[in-house]
Amino acid sequence: MDLLYFAWVRERVGTGHEQRDPPATVLSIADLIAWLATLSPGHAEAMREPERLRAAIDQKFVPLDAPLGNAREVALFPPVTGG
Amino acid sequence: MIRVSVDPAPIELAVEVAALEERGAGGVATFTGLVRGDDGVTALELEHYPGMTEQALIALAETATERWSLLGVTMVHRIGVMVQGDRIVFVGTAAHHRREALEACAFLIDRLKTDAPFWKREQRGEDARWVDARHTDAEAAGRWG
Repeated sequence: MDLLYFAWVRERVGTGHEQRDPPATVLSIADLIAWLATLSPGHAEAMREPERLRAAIDQKFVPLDAPLGNAREVALFPPVTGG
Repeated sequence: MIRVSVDPAPIELAVEVAALEERGAGGVATFTGLVRGDDGVTALELEHYPGMTEQALIALAETATERWSLLGVTMVHRIGVMVQGDRIVFVGTAAHHRREALEACAFLIDRLKTDAPFWKREQRGEDARWVDARHTDAEAAGRWG
C-alpha cells in the first residue's frame, strides 16, 4: 500500500511517501493510524492525536472509520487550509 | 469551460479575467486571495496533494456548473513560497446574469477552503508554523449544503 503524508504529518514521520503492507487485522483508517503509530518514534508522534488527522483513500476524502477495502493509496494529513 | 490550475508561477489576473470575458457572458465574478501582511508573517508556503488537488478542483467546478448556469469557471491556486501581497488563489465565473456568477464564485471559494487538499505554513523570521483549519471555514462551506 502506498502511504502519503502531508504538512506536519509528513514532517513528523520524516518522509512524504512510503510503501507498507499492514497486517490483515488492519481494516479501517483508524486501525491503520494505530498500527502506523507502532512503527517508529516519528510515526508515533505523527499519529499521537488521531482526531487531528484527516484521510483520503485513492485520492478521495474519507472519514477515519472508513474501511480500507482494496485501497492502493492512503494519505494522512491535517485538516486542509488552502485559499 | 472549466479551467483548473495548480502552479508555483504567479497568478496573472488580466489573463484569467480576459479568458472568462471571452465566454460571451453578461457578467464575470472574480475572487482573488492574497497573502496578508499581519502578525509579522514574512512568507507563506503552500503544500498540496498532487493529483488529488486537481481532481478536487475539477469536481468543485463541475458541481458549480450543475448548480448554476455558467459559461466559464476558472480556479487557479498557487503553491510554493509567497510573500505579502502575492496572489494565492483566483476564482472566476462567467454567466449570463450576475447573480449566478456571484453566487457560484462565493460557493467555489468557500468550498475550496474545505474540499481541496492544500496546507499553509506561515514563516515569521526563523519561525515556521502550520496554519490550523478554521471553524469558520467549515461553517462557510457548510452553508451551501
